[in-house]
Amino acid sequence: MSRRSSDDAPAVDGPLRPSDHLDKTGDDEPAFSGGQPVLGVVGWLRWGWRQLTSMRTALVLLLLLAIAAIPGSLVPQRSADPNGVTQWRATNPDLYPTFDAFQLFDVYTSVWFSAIYILLFISLIGCVLPRTKHHWKALRARPPRTPARLSRLSDHAETTVAVPDGEDAAGHAAHAVDLAEAQLRSARYRVERYDRNGVASVSAERGYLRETGNLLFHGALVGVLISVGIGGGFTYTGQTVITEGDGFVNSLGLGYTSFNPGRFVDTEELTPYSITLDRFDVTYAPPSGQAGDFEAHVTTRFPGQKAEDQVIEVNHPITMAGDRVYLMGNGYAPTITVRNGAGDVVFSESVPFLPQSPTMTSQGVVKIPDTGGKQLGLVGFFYPTVAQLSSGALTSRYGDLLDPRLTFFVYEGDLGIDDGTPRSVYALDTDGMTEIAGRNAPSPSLELSPGQTVDLPGGRGTVTFEDETRTGAPESVKRYVSLSIHNDSSATWVLVFAVLAMVGLFTALFVPRRRMWVKATPDGDRVRVEYAGLARGEDPAIGVAVAELAKRHGRALDDEPASAPASAANVN
Amino acid sequence: MSFDDISVLLLWTAIAIYTLGFLAFTVDLARRSELAIKAQDAKTQARTLVAAGGGQTIEDIRAEEAAAKVALEAAPSQRGRYLFARLGVVLTTIAFLFHVGADVTRGIAAGRVPWSNNYEFALTGTMLVVMVFLTVLVKYDLRFLGAFINGLIVVLLGGAALAYYVEVVPLSDPLKSVWLVIHVFVASLASAFYALAFALSVVQLLQSRRERIALAAVGTDAAPRTRLPFLRTLPSAEVLESLAYRFAIIGFVLWTFTLIAGAIWANDAWGRYWGFDTKEVWTFVIWVVYAGYIHARATRGWRGTRSAWLSIVGFTAVLFNFTIVNQFFQGLHSYSGLS
Ligand code: HEM
Repeated sequence: MSRRSSDDAPAVDGPLRPSDHLDKTGDDEPAFSGGQPVLGVVGWLRWGWRQLTSMRTALVLLLLLAIAAIPGSLVPQRSADPNGVTQWRATNPDLYPTFDAFQLFDVYTSVWFSAIYILLFISLIGCVLPRTKHHWKALRARPPRTPARLSRLSDHAETTVAVPDGEDAAGHAAHAVDLAEAQLRSARYRVERYDRNGVASVSAERGYLRETGNLLFHGALVGVLISVGIGGGFTYTGQTVITEGDGFVNSLGLGYTSFNPGRFVDTEELTPYSITLDRFDVTYAPPSGQAGDFEAHVTTRFPGQKAEDQVIEVNHPITMAGDRVYLMGNGYAPTITVRNGAGDVVFSESVPFLPQSPTMTSQGVVKIPDTGGKQLGLVGFFYPTVAQLSSGALTSRYGDLLDPRLTFFVYEGDLGIDDGTPRSVYALDTDGMTEIAGRNAPSPSLELSPGQTVDLPGGRGTVTFEDETRTGAPESVKRYVSLSIHNDSSATWVLVFAVLAMVGLFTALFVPRRRMWVKATPDGDRVRVEYAGLARGEDPAIGVAVAELAKRHGRALDDEPASAPASAANVN
Repeated sequence: MSFDDISVLLLWTAIAIYTLGFLAFTVDLARRSELAIKAQDAKTQARTLVAAGGGQTIEDIRAEEAAAKVALEAAPSQRGRYLFARLGVVLTTIAFLFHVGADVTRGIAAGRVPWSNNYEFALTGTMLVVMVFLTVLVKYDLRFLGAFINGLIVVLLGGAALAYYVEVVPLSDPLKSVWLVIHVFVASLASAFYALAFALSVVQLLQSRRERIALAAVGTDAAPRTRLPFLRTLPSAEVLESLAYRFAIIGFVLWTFTLIAGAIWANDAWGRYWGFDTKEVWTFVIWVVYAGYIHARATRGWRGTRSAWLSIVGFTAVLFNFTIVNQFFQGLHSYSGLS
């Protein structure tokens, strides 16, 4: 072996760690001499790199990362909760610009958050690469020479044994070490003999997996980050709303109410499958009427293939051409028919109403640009099981269709949709309109039960709340579902790396890495046998392991018929 | 009487017995203090007789530490016969059985696993803390933590019973998943290990302060004073630290699993595996803090007191996540059952 022979210190050529790792002896401090920096540009760069890849920097960056992540849980985030941001802005108009300037609404994509994790990962890579190289070498190296004085190690045991008749002390020493070698090897140690001047010794090491696990863990973290980073570019998500009896086609122009593609997504290349909502089931648990067991029964179809019946449930998305289709929400879509004063049908559609409460009080909007006269806008409330509050206002007291009721405020004027400004279908901008029926109008709001028709004020026509059972439907009001469609092929990679990290972590934390030595020294007509162990990293059981080795080895020596050859040693 | 009523009854019985256990363990600590003071006085007297000064020597300190380490690792039958500590263990065990009963009956009442709202998280989580504690007692004599653990349990469990109690309601759809069983259970188990690490880190800080004072007093005549003399019967700060670390890394591995399992569940329920939802943020923060703790333990200048603080910060974040975040922070994970 080419190791320098420091006879006193136990061999410490363990895994290469950053210079401020506890294992390290302090011999590779930055090259300052007498307080004078004697560094050129390269020296400074090297020094900077060493700082960045030091344990302390990694630690500080980790703690910074933890702190930096917190604001995102206190301030609403555009990515997770865009409405929350709008609301926050409305309540704190003065603070908003400052918060926005610090990117507090986009914490996880902000410059400062990114800077921390990018630095952390550079540090990580700078740390892991040299360690990997070093570990690669260590994996093929032999266990280091036995230290001269094992008694200096804190986990140490010693005993003397008598030399059996007919054997000389040196022979017995070698024999004892043979036995130890076999025992250590069967305990999955890598062993190396160092016999010198009649003193026999074996040096053993195990637990290389510990470092392998550590490197795997850190490497897999990089894998997770890269998968997330690259994967984001190929991900798309879209939302759509389907009413019972209607369908959706997976194509940008046709099906989606909103669509967010990643940078590299070719939106022309979507597979044009279709999904039709046949029926939406839900159960209501008395007494509160909590809704559950949502099931969207759909028919799915790929072009030119046979249709297939499927069920989409919460927690159980279906997969279509690599897209995962999730059930995100549901509600009622009352079918409303509006006729103008002349009796012509100017509107007839099932309109999805947005649920506002657990009992499904829902709100929806009807916009009728072409009435033959002024444009009409209706703001509706739907109560699946109507009840009256003491204030006189209506509410719903149960989510199911026990006593459905629909009310409308009616507005007349300019809907504001002709100039091409995109408007939400769930909101009515009443700025350019006058209320003609409702709280602030001469006529009261309209109120309808399924199948009923009421007049609009001033002979403007009629509104009908269609009863769907008349067309053979099982319920008087149709339901709708909102679906979310996601394609994220990187998720698999993220999972693979996450699992690798987990495996690596487990090995890195729980596989003990230790060295053991057994040395037998002839001493007159006896042999002195020493055992010692050295933990590499956390190893609570090292003391026990040394004692155990000493015990087992001693027992094996005792049990053995004195003259038996070493190779017959019974190792258990 | 419904199963849920029985559960509540068992729970309050358990809390009452935990309180008695707390008292027993507290008396135990007081007795240990007395013994420690007596031992010191005796030694001082002996020294004064031979006119060698009243202070402690380094050898005294090391001998104390060695004795404490042996005591820590002694098999149950060979442990110090602290009467009140034994009583404490017995009471804690009885309380634990009632606690398990409360948890199981709650599960039967609900017809599902009893961990799906804040009340039930507290019920099951604290049960796991005691379970881990009692299990660990077989291997290590950690009875000195008994007062701390029982105190913590009484506060958390009593608080939950008063503030978080909700009637059994059916699960909301996103919760109907095997991941509820796995993810939440493993998270609670991880927290239990973190709790133990936390307790040890707190004692470690007290101990290391006492050690500093004791070492400074070496060679002087003054006998070192501590406000908590029982610390002298406890393992050294270093031993406490490595024990805390052992629990923390088990907690960390379980927490890592929690994080991954949560992401898989989120991917099934919400269509994305990670979205920095408030609860996700805090799970991540806790994970990173404990990664920091593990690093600190391996970084020169950070082992010891500083890393102990990280363990304390980490567990504080766990508690914060469970109480404040569950209750007051907006997000998709609104499963506290409180409104
Ligand atoms: C994304 C950031 C990081 C995370 C989450 C992280 C996490 C961890 C964890 C959990 C461990 C304990 C498990 C094991 O031993 O494998 C660990 C250990 C270790 N990490 Fe990191 N780490 C990060 C970055 C770094 C960086 C930048 C360095 C180098 C400067 C580094 C160096 C080490 C070393 C040397 C150990 C072994 C500690 C020991 O001897 O006990 N890590 N890290």
